[in-house]
Order: sequence, then C-alpha cells, then structure tokens
Amino acid sequence: MPDVAEHASSEIYDDEVTKKFIVATVFWGIAAMTVGVWLALQLAWWPAGLGIPQFTFGRLRPVHTNGVIFAFTANFVFGGIYYSMQRLLKVRMWSDKLSAFHFWGWQAMLVSVIVTIPMGMTQTKEYAEMIWPIDVVIAVVFLAFALNFFMTIKNRKVQHLYVAIWFYISFVITIPVLHVVNNLAIPASLTRSYPVYSGMTDALIQWWYGHNAVGFLLTTPILGLMYYFLPRAANRPVYSYRLSIIHFWALVFLYIWAGPHHLLYSALPDWAQTVGMVFSIMLLAPSWGGMLNGLLTLRGAWDKVRTDPVLKFMVVAVSFYGMSTFEGPMMSIRSVSALSHFTNWVVGHVHSGALGWVGMMGFGTMYWLVPRLWKRELYSVSLATTHFWTATIGVVLYTVSLWGAGLTEGLMARAINEGGQLQYPFFLDIVHTLEPFYWGRLIGGTLYLCGVFLMAYNFIATVWFKPRPAAIPQAAK
Amino acid sequence: MADHWHRRLLEGRAGVFAIVTTIAISIGGLVEIVPMFTVGSGHMEELPAPYTALEVTGRDIYIREGCVNCHSQMVRPFRDETLRYGEWSHAVEYSWDRPFLLGSRRIGPDLHREGLLRPDAVWHYEHMKDPRSMSPGSIMPPYKWLLEWKIDPADTQATMRALAFVGTPYSDADIDGAEAAMQEQGGVIVARLAEAGIEASWDDEIIALTAYLQRLGTDIPEDEAEDVAEGGAQ
Ligand code: HEM
Ligand code: HEM
Repeated sequence: MPDVAEHASSEIYDDEVTKKFIVATVFWGIAAMTVGVWLALQLAWWPAGLGIPQFTFGRLRPVHTNGVIFAFTANFVFGGIYYSMQRLLKVRMWSDKLSAFHFWGWQAMLVSVIVTIPMGMTQTKEYAEMIWPIDVVIAVVFLAFALNFFMTIKNRKVQHLYVAIWFYISFVITIPVLHVVNNLAIPASLTRSYPVYSGMTDALIQWWYGHNAVGFLLTTPILGLMYYFLPRAANRPVYSYRLSIIHFWALVFLYIWAGPHHLLYSALPDWAQTVGMVFSIMLLAPSWGGMLNGLLTLRGAWDKVRTDPVLKFMVVAVSFYGMSTFEGPMMSIRSVSALSHFTNWVVGHVHSGALGWVGMMGFGTMYWLVPRLWKRELYSVSLATTHFWTATIGVVLYTVSLWGAGLTEGLMARAINEGGQLQYPFFLDIVHTLEPFYWGRLIGGTLYLCGVFLMAYNFIATVWFKPRPAAIPQAAK
Repeated sequence: MADHWHRRLLEGRAGVFAIVTTIAISIGGLVEIVPMFTVGSGHMEELPAPYTALEVTGRDIYIREGCVNCHSQMVRPFRDETLRYGEWSHAVEYSWDRPFLLGSRRIGPDLHREGLLRPDAVWHYEHMKDPRSMSPGSIMPPYKWLLEWKIDPADTQATMRALAFVGTPYSDADIDGAEAAMQEQGGVIVARLAEAGIEASWDDEIIALTAYLQRLGTDIPEDEAEDVAEGGAQ
C-alpha cells in the first residue's frame, strides 16, 4: 500500500527521469493531437491536405496514431512508472544510465517515426507502421527498460508487490512479445520489408497485436497508475484487495483472445471469429471490476472531487473507461459489428477510450506530479479546472458526433429499397451526409487540444513563475 | 488478508509472478494463431497467381501512399455489400498479400473488387489526377505526383526477391525478367491511355498503380465475377 509510513524522498529516488518524461509527454501530446485536428479538418474540408504528398490523409494518419500512442501515452506511462515503482519498492532504479538511455532512445525513435512515416516509409499494419530499423530500435530500448525494471524489482526493499506493480509487469512482459511477433519481416531494403505471414494469417496476427496494444499499453499500465495515484490523490486505501486480484488475472488472461473482433465477417475462419467475440464479451467483467475498484476507492472522499482537479480528471477518466469497455464488448457482437465496423462509430469508440480514459488519466497524473517534482505550488487551480471542463466537453462532442456519423453511414450503406436495390447506390451520397458530423468532431477535438495548451501553460508558469514555497506539497515517499 | 493465498504465493515472489503472467498472456494467442499455420486459413481452393512485377510495384505505391487508411479490401457476405461491390472476399484471394491490406476504415468505398468494377485505365488516370473530375464532390486528395514520379525496376526486383524468400512463387526468371514484363504490361495500359489522348510512359507510377487496381478482385471464377455489383460503388 502506498500509504505506509515512509521517509525517503527525491534524494533517494531518481525523479529526474520522471521530469523528463513529463516534459516529453506535453510536447508530443500537443504535436500528435495537432495532427489529429488537422486530419479531422481534412475529412471535413479536403483541400486542407495542401496537395503535398507528405501531408495527405493516408500518410499523416499514422503520424497521429503512433504519436498519441507511443509518444503521448507511452511517455506518461513511463514517467508514472518510474515515479511510483521506486516508491512502492522503496529503492532507487537499478541503473540511472539505463533510465537515461531509455528516455533518449525512446525520443530519438519517435523523431525517426515522424520523419519516416510522412515520407511514405511504412509497413502499413496499424500502430506498427514503423519500418524495420525503427522496430529494432524499439525492441532494444524497451528491453533496456525491461532489464532496469526487473532488476529494480529484484533489489526491492519491501517484500510484497503492490497491485500497481502487477499491472506494470504485465505491460513490460507483453509489449515486447506483441511487437516482435507482429513485426517479423524480411527486408527488401533499408526502408522496406515484407512480413513473413500472408493474407488472413497476417491479419489475425496484426489484430492480436493491435487489440493487445490497446490492452497492454492503453489499459493495463494506466490501471497500474490508477492504483497508485488515485488512492494517493484521494488519500484513501484501495477499495478491495480481492477484487484487484480477480480483475487483474481475468483481464490479462482474457485480453489476448479478443483480437478477432476486428475481423468479424472477414475471411478469417468462423471458429476464430466466434472465440474472439465470446472472449471480448467476457472482457466486460474484469474491465468493470477495475472501474468499480477505482470509483469505490473514492468512497468518503467525494467532497475532495469537487475542489481537486486531479481527482476530477481521474473520476471522469475511470468513468470513460467503464463506458468504452461496455461499448467495446457490444461492438464485438457480430450483428453489431455488421453495422459498426468500417464506420466512424469505431473511431468514436477509440476516442472515448483515448481522450476520455487515457488522456484524462495522463492529465490527472501530471497535475499531481508536476507540483511535487518541481516542488512548487500549481500555478493556477482554476486554469486546471478550466482544462478539465474543456476536455470533458471536447470528448463528449467528439464521441457524440461520431456515433451520429457511424450510425448514419452504417444504416445508409445497408438500406435496400422496395425493388431490392440499394437505396443509396452512390457511395458519395453517404460521404456527403457525414460532413456536418465531421465538423462537429473537429470542434470537439479542437476544444480538447486547447485544454492541452492550457495545461502546458499552467506547467510552464508553475515551474518558472512560482517561487518555491516554504511549505511545499509533500512528494510521496 | 495477510494470509491470502495470492499474497503468500505470488506477491512476495516476483519471478514466479512474472512467469505466471507470461503463461496467462500466451495461451489465447497460441490457441488462435497456431491453427492458422497447421490447419490453414480455410478452404483449399486453387491458389491465384502471384502479383505480376508491375502489380506488385503498384501495390508498393498503394502501401506508400497509405490508401489503406481510407479504403478497405474486404467485402462482407451481406446483401448490400455484394450489391454494391460484388462477390464477398475469400481467404484464398489474399494468399499473396504481404502485408494484408484489409483495412479497418471505409472513408472511401471498398476496393477489393475494383478490377471488376472499374477496369478502365483512363478512369483511374483522371481520378488520381483530380478525383472530383470522375467523382463529383469526392473528398479524396489529388495524387498528381503519381503522374510524374517514376518506378525503379531495381526496387521491384528487391521486392520480388524478399517476397520469394518468404514463399511467394517468383522464379529467378520472373525476377530477372521483371523489367521486360513491366514494359509489356505497362505498354498495354499506355496504349489504352493514348486512345484517350493521354501521353504516359510504362514507368510512370500511375501505370503500376493502375495495374494493381485492375488486378484487384479478379481472382474469382468468371460466373461469380459477372453475377453481381450492379450498384457499382461510385
Ligand atoms: C485533439 C484530439 C484528437 C483529435 C482531433 C483526433 C483526431 C483523429 C482523427 C481525425 C483520426 C482519423 C479517423 C478516421 O480514420 O476517420 C484519428 C484516429 C485515431 N486516433 Fe485520434 N485524435 C485526437 C486525440 C487522440 C488521442 C489522445 C489518442 C490516443 C491516446 C488518439 C488515438 C487515435 C487512434 C488509435 C486512431 C485510429 C482509430 C482507428 O483506427 O479506428 N487520438 N484521430
Ligand atoms: C473490454 C474492452 C474493449 C473491447 C471488447 C473492445 C472492442 C473493440 C471493438 C469490437 C472494436 C471495433 C473493431 C472494428 O470493428 O474494426 C474496437 C476498436 C478499437 N478499440 Fe476497443 N474495445 C475495448 C476497450 C477499448 C479501450 C479502453 C480503448 C482505448 C483506450 C480501445 C481502443 C480501441 C481502438 C484504438 C480501436 C480501433 C482499432 C482500429 O480499427 O484501428 N478499446 N474495440
């Protein structure tokens, strides 16, 4: 438990690395979400592609997806893990050099990604577009982190591993497995390669990877952060120990099976589609176990939610987690997928998880960490609260627009008239109907991005304008 | 709580914990993926011919431009989809797809039966140059550079060699003769464009891309190909 009496502080632990990861998160978050807004604009108004090859929607979309996943999300996950694991294990990281190598190696990798992908150097598999030399760098840097991570655990000064650490372990083990298996390929040149799998086998392995990138990068490590930072911010112990055991093991076991829900009604063998669907539906239970454990941790602390932006962000994040993990299993039912697959509904689902859960957890964690790491009071709580509302309205506008778009296009595509012919034989009729929804999403996304700018300003002002007060917020021990 | 079995058996032993986690995350993947290699991915129909040198080069351009981010290649077995696009997609048709290009979005229409729906090179030439000239109101960006940029047969040969290594049946003769084969297949497309008063050369990227689009979805028996797609995905 994080609230055992402790005495160590920033001198004992390496907090520099967490600071660096936070700076990187803010920087990449702005960059990757700006590209998201640009993409949204291109769908509403195509000339925004500027007629430049590197900026067309097809080439830019993976810059956004990899940017938000591997730059924004991964950076705050790493930062949060370094901060919390040292305190939970009561020991400094095994090697500061490896931590620094991890940080700089990861950022260098990200720079190479945003340069190569717009140039058309891509493997095309979603969230695995990076060309093979970058894949090698990712593997090396991540394994360096893994080594540092496990050696630190080995050196720990407390015997029992707290639940946050379980989730981190599942993340550190699973990501390299997914990454290596999905990217096995034969190079044709320095920038091109061809996978060893073909056709539907390649598709299955890709979505085994893709779904579990969601599971083990956008979900489990962030649940780990939730188990550390939410009880700290609320100053309450975790609601149920037993629930955390059950939902942890069920989650890591079930997640892996669910990939085929991305391939329903494809040429994948029926049995595999059915297995994927069944396990996805079961996944609802452990997901909600996590949500309940998070929300119930706040029992008796709800008055703090009214005043503390950190808790506000976390409460909304956990609620969106519950919402998208309800929606996901529904979309895994074949007859629902028949309607939703290929439509904007999927993008709406993605962003209710991504903006609602991942983004808000990231913001909440950083608002908690920044004053403690830089030993200053937050520059403005009311600005943080404004960020909270901008972000919340932004997500809602984003997802509602795309539910509308998804249902509309799904229903139009399948409409058959009395003569047994397509009601809307011209695909462009569907495209045009979606335009207002695309503008709605653009407004929602822009609001969300504005919130990130507010946060960046608030952090800069905290670090540069605020003097170190005599009574600083206590860094966690 | 102090003597909960989980705490006693796992939480104090990080190594054991990591091993059990590894087992837990391995089972599902193994059960689903291994049969794809041992049992195969479906009906053992006759395998289609691999993509020609020009088609595989066009496919590389399709990959480079990220077309897959807006277009799927997967017709589902629903009435509306077979009306709109044609026969639904069979696993065997993807046999030489490395990487697979099923896609997950339909910002634009599905392209898996494009070769049957729109075989005309002139249409593709004009459409890539200015999508709105052929599809009024389309939101697709123009790809003018494909009309200027050139393919390099040496790149095509490198691609074919890598693909042959992982199992695509390209012979040494296929690879050595790639340039000649591309000139020949490209020549047919160039001649068709000339009829419409368009000047192009066999090594323009647009020619390779057109060859790939003309190939898409044509690997099914003729009667199935004729059967459907009266709606036409405009
Ligand atoms: C300012 C906020 C954002 C905006 C405006 C935005 C916009 C977009 C757009 C326009 C697309 C392409 C959708 C399409 O194919 O039609 C997209 C895709 C995607 N975005 Fe974002 N995005 C934002 C933030 C984020 C964040 C924070 C994350 C993750 C943490 C994220 C993850 C993704 C993913 C995974 C996809 C691919 C979805 C799919 O394949 O279905 N986005 N986004
Ligand atoms: C129990 C949990 C969940 C289940 C069963 C689930 C299920 C699904 C399903 C059925 C799809 C649509 C696939 C398609 O038709 O193409 C999907 C897409 C997606 N989901 Fe979830 N989802 C869950 C939770 C989440 C969460 C929490 C997030 C984000 C943090 C998320 C991120 C995504 C992404 C990024 C995609 C888009 C994949 C793509 O097409 O590129 N999911 N999910």
